[in-house]
Amino acid sequence: MAVTSARTSDRTMPPGLTRDQLLELYYYMRLTRSLEERLVNLYRQTKVVGGLFRSLGQEADAVGSAYALERSKGDILSPLIRNLGSMLVQGATPVEILRQYMAKGDSPTRGRELNIHFGDTVRGFIGQISHLGDMVPVMAGVTLSFKLRGQDRVGLVYVGDGATSTGAFHEGINFAAVQRCPLVVIVENNGYAYSTPTSKQTACASFKDKALGYGIPGVRADGNDVVATYQVTKEAVDRARAGEGVTLIELTTYRRKGHAEHDNQSYVPPGEIDRWARENDPLDRYTRELTTGQGIASSELEELDGRVRGEVDRATDEAEASPAPEPRDALRGVYADPAEVPALWYREGIRSAVETHERPSSWGTHDG
Amino acid sequence: MAETTYLEAIRQALFEEMERDPDVLCLGEDIGVYGGAFKVTDGLQARFGESRVIDTPLSEAAIVGAAAGAAHMGMRPVCEMQFIDFISCAYDMLTNYVATARYRAFLPCPMVVRGPSGGYVRGGPFHSQNPEAAFLHTPGLKIVYPATASDAKGLLKAAIRDEDCVLFFEHKYLYRRIKEELPPGDHVVPIGKARLAREGRDLSIITYAATVWKALEAAEQLEREGNLSVEVLDLRSLLPMDDDAIAQTVRKTNRVLIVHEDTVTGGVAGEISARINDLAFEWLDAPIKRVGAHDVPLPYAPQLEDFVLPQTADIVKAARWLAEY
Repeated sequence: MAVTSARTSDRTMPPGLTRDQLLELYYYMRLTRSLEERLVNLYRQTKVVGGLFRSLGQEADAVGSAYALERSKGDILSPLIRNLGSMLVQGATPVEILRQYMAKGDSPTRGRELNIHFGDTVRGFIGQISHLGDMVPVMAGVTLSFKLRGQDRVGLVYVGDGATSTGAFHEGINFAAVQRCPLVVIVENNGYAYSTPTSKQTACASFKDKALGYGIPGVRADGNDVVATYQVTKEAVDRARAGEGVTLIELTTYRRKGHAEHDNQSYVPPGEIDRWARENDPLDRYTRELTTGQGIASSELEELDGRVRGEVDRATDEAEASPAPEPRDALRGVYADPAEVPALWYREGIRSAVETHERPSSWGTHDG
Repeated sequence: MAETTYLEAIRQALFEEMERDPDVLCLGEDIGVYGGAFKVTDGLQARFGESRVIDTPLSEAAIVGAAAGAAHMGMRPVCEMQFIDFISCAYDMLTNYVATARYRAFLPCPMVVRGPSGGYVRGGPFHSQNPEAAFLHTPGLKIVYPATASDAKGLLKAAIRDEDCVLFFEHKYLYRRIKEELPPGDHVVPIGKARLAREGRDLSIITYAATVWKALEAAEQLEREGNLSVEVLDLRSLLPMDDDAIAQTVRKTNRVLIVHEDTVTGGVAGEISARINDLAFEWLDAPIKRVGAHDVPLPYAPQLEDFVLPQTADIVKAARWLAEY
């Protein structure tokens, strides 16, 4: 079954956002796209060490939802592989992203983890692991701590359509719902989990329907409409902050690139990707909305595009000049104590009698 | 001063640590109102309230995952697995998420996962397990498995104060069967240090948890019947393991029997044996031998369970073989 393009009907402004905020949303979406385009170049130059994961066509859902959090209050989100935009909103910088992908020694994880798998609890994002769904219980615990300590903070966790099939998703959202944790769970329905279409992922008509089973509200919005995404998330964030517990949000969008850069998308029905690119590109839509709906001059947006280009260029230069990790750093930081594990004997010298010449006096004297 | 059971020692540790540090909280199934399947947490909720002693849904992955999230935020959660057999339901969260958090993301994960473990109680395949070996292979976790009431208390307090995740295995056979006078005051036993349970000259038994008591019984019998002087080393901590204590006893007696209740193949004894090979091969006068459970799921019927699990008589027999080698 082909994934069809869903358009919202004409919406009336204002959405509760200032002109500057509207432009900021545009800036983050453009930054996401330009940064990923730069990563494609670096990938082709084999400077990206591992795989490259794109969020092309999903920039609005990432940026709009994260924008509904309040960094000044200490809100925290846990992104997915296609939430580069969410991380940028929370303060991740282009040079950090580039260093991560290029496995640099001064990357946020010092070369330990790949791509956008990193976090900073101070800026308000916790890095994901590859086991999908696992961040739901973790964010249930993060937000449980907010509740127990009486803090005015909210958490947001992203899952894909695929992760809704995991046990961790179910256990985590159920736990958070029972505890009325201040948590927003966003299901990004982008049509595919790797090659598996949504129709093979669930028998539910809609992911928002799953909320019923947890006794929490479930809502759906057009994830390619950045303002609609912001609004639906903002309502859920407000609910959470008011002590009303968890909301499940389904954001419908479309993954225009493969699972990762190597994926040729042979499983996608012909024409589907082109149609989404032509009719429902989130940046095109938002540009139109700003220029026609909000009367913002194209030149102002082009100015932002130029600023983004400059930032990505500078970040690229900086990241390329970054050093590789020092190999021995691999042994540090598994535990707080001990802070470092020893290198194995064949790297370090042999901690045994052979080297120390320390043997029992009877050694080797057995004469049978 | 009154004697305290192994179970009561664990409860004391929880009480004292919750009194000491408001960031300590307990999560688990039926631990609050009901006080836990074995009543380890009895009275905790009445003292500390529902928000610090949380009755959770039946969700081991959520319990461990939520504990990790709360730990990132500076809390010190103690998770109860109703039976340690169910820790396998949280294996992914523990090995992939929790154990890697500090290394890959610099996220502290100070938390404890504790629960009743072990057999000799007619619990059958799913209420008798010893899953320590499944986690020994995971860098980032710590593992302790105390044999005495004093160590149960002191190690749990150390585990709660540790900056990383500690798996705290409690032997349910020992819960109410052993008791002793506990050291007064803030009794903390450092993680990673073995305890010499019995001094000897002829042969060393390296063991931990319930089989410490079987090894001590065997040692008494060997002394009485064969004039053998048997040393018993109680490891207490499996990860990190006390290499110095292991090397020391091997150098002293030159003969080693490793005893554990878990199945032999892939068990902790294999790791201990490899360490002795590295640390003190030149001091061995006999091959290292293992005594453990037969490689089968643990059966229910007393005749079957007793056959499968290591018994005192098995240890005596193996020790005699070693002594005569």
